[in-house]
Amino acid sequence: MLEIKNLHVNVEGKEILKGINLTVNAGEVHAIMGPNGSGKSTLAQTLAGKQEYEVTKGEALFEGKNLLELSPEVRAREGVFLAFQYPIELPGVSNTNLLKTALNEIRKYRGLEAIDTMEFLSMIKSKMKLVELEQSLLSRAVNEGFSGGEKKRNEIFQMAVLEPKLAILDETDSGLDIDALRIVANGVNKLKTKDNATIVVTHYQRLLDYIIPDFVHVLYKGKIVMSGGKELALELEEKGYDWVKEDKVLL
Amino acid sequence: MTEVTDFKELIISRFGEFVKSLNGSSPVLVNSIRNEALESFSRIKLPTTKDEEWRFTNISPLLRYNFNPVVEKHEITAKEIAHFQFKNSFKNQIVFVDGIYSDRLSLSNGLDKIIKIENLSVAFNANHELFQKHYNKYAGFQDNVFSALNTAYTKDGAFIYIPDNRYIEDPILVLFISTSSNNQPLIQPRNLFIAGTNSKATIIEHYVSLEDNVYFTNAVTEIVVGDNATINHIKIQEESRSSFHISRTEIDQERNSNYESASISFGAEISREDISSRFNGEGGECTLNGLYLTDGTQLHDTHTMIDHAKPYCNSHEHFKGILDGKSRGVFNGKVMVRPNAQKTNAFQENNNIILSNEALVNTKPQLEIFADDVKCSHGATIGQLDDESMFYLKSRGIGEETARTILIHAFASDVVKSIKVDSIKKYLEDILDNRFNKES
Repeated sequence: MLEIKNLHVNVEGKEILKGINLTVNAGEVHAIMGPNGSGKSTLAQTLAGKQEYEVTKGEALFEGKNLLELSPEVRAREGVFLAFQYPIELPGVSNTNLLKTALNEIRKYRGLEAIDTMEFLSMIKSKMKLVELEQSLLSRAVNEGFSGGEKKRNEIFQMAVLEPKLAILDETDSGLDIDALRIVANGVNKLKTKDNATIVVTHYQRLLDYIIPDFVHVLYKGKIVMSGGKELALELEEKGYDWVKEDKVLL
Repeated sequence: MTEVTDFKELIISRFGEFVKSLNGSSPVLVNSIRNEALESFSRIKLPTTKDEEWRFTNISPLLRYNFNPVVEKHEITAKEIAHFQFKNSFKNQIVFVDGIYSDRLSLSNGLDKIIKIENLSVAFNANHELFQKHYNKYAGFQDNVFSALNTAYTKDGAFIYIPDNRYIEDPILVLFISTSSNNQPLIQPRNLFIAGTNSKATIIEHYVSLEDNVYFTNAVTEIVVGDNATINHIKIQEESRSSFHISRTEIDQERNSNYESASISFGAEISREDISSRFNGEGGECTLNGLYLTDGTQLHDTHTMIDHAKPYCNSHEHFKGILDGKSRGVFNGKVMVRPNAQKTNAFQENNNIILSNEALVNTKPQLEIFADDVKCSHGATIGQLDDESMFYLKSRGIGEETARTILIHAFASDVVKSIKVDSIKKYLEDILDNRFNKES
């Protein structure tokens, strides 16, 4: 589904990603872990199409298409979704309006009719239950006045509505208490199918107790320095990132 | 524009002809005010950018035309104004064509006789007691050249009187429509709205044009909000893009009165809006909201003044601007808190979004506070559409144009939402859509 080859990315003239290689297949969950500043969020946002991030080398193929040449909206319409680390507040834009507009633009791109209003409403109501969000949030402005936990749950709710093929969760667990973490993870697990894939970007192993990854990758100084199964996450938790750093020195 | 004469001289030279056109229908009182105003008009210099109040608004393009103060009556059909009637949602409307009252297009349904929605000249001919008491009492012309001009040539305009204890549920529409039949007309509406004690009404003032013509609207509106009365005032300025619009609204607020307004400005090449409210009694509440949209070479200037002359009054001002092209915006908000006006709350905010590299805004709050137990605040912002918000919307599959439209709507939404008349809210949302959603 996604094939990243030797990806180099500069942010404000500084090289942050220094040759990332990663292959994600349908049905898989990949965790990308790493210490702060290793480039995890840069990778996530580059895949979503953040303009300020300059790709200097390498490629990313999404279902055979050159993802990096597509605008952010076309990537989303192709089926890429980024759950933001810091969801944006949009005063004056209701959640319903955002979701309906987004869904219809995606449907239009795929040659589908605009969704019927009644059908849309019943669909979003059922998806809200997935992340235990109050229905009153629908008419409220996107993320405005939401608590940290509500913002993260709202990201997963949007994901549930837009049904992406590839979901990238950028530190969705940060700032969540254990109950909110469980709700978010539960939502993500329920959305998992054999046809979609998830990349979980996280600093802590904690989230991976709830979302079980098939693969764990360790990102350090802009490169993936280790890859393994879910047990790698536990090892990291135990030994800390210093272990990776030391190990890296030995390499 | 053939032979260009001095702007003022030409207007003054036609005064005799104008008075003649009234056929002696104007009473002595009004005529003596007229003469005085004409004298002021000839005495007061036209403003230039050297005048502090006009620093960013250069009116010289307006002075290049020979505007004609003697406007001929021209009838249009009800069909031609249909678009501006908000789907006929209002039972009461008073219509002016090129500034001249049209009896045929005006409607007053279901109101008893003591409520008045009529042409101002009817009120002054009847020498109405209320007219005498309030006309020309708030919008002084001694130091205002445009008010002097308006007062010298006053003929038609809306006179609305809501008697004590009356609540008029249906909004009253005051429609000023310009046609193409008059040659560069000088249109000078003169309105007087009086809300008696404990009364309540919603008044919509709408300026539109049928074609893209050159004309000059110079409007003066005096509003008296009586004790415990509420006036909800919506003004929509959608004049022709080749026209000029100068308007002055003076509000007198009595004890515990409530004045709420939304002033929306889309049209005219150069427009200037002065809104001043004076608290003449304790416990008053004044809310001024506004939205201006400009593009091309348009210039819109809003000047507000809230005079906290009495204690225990609250004022809230929120004006928003969306500027594109090479357009210019000006906001000047003055708040005066007089020495005895303790327990005043005065809040003011002006936010602007600039969509192009060449648009420009000058914003200036002006607080003059002479009392010590008050809460006053002001804020001004000028910015662009937020990149992070754009990226967020796009990352959900929403295209560039739609994302822009969503964010512009969102920016304007608190002003649009403050309008309590649904058909108008919808009308404005459609205007925003048409203006910014280039894809659909």
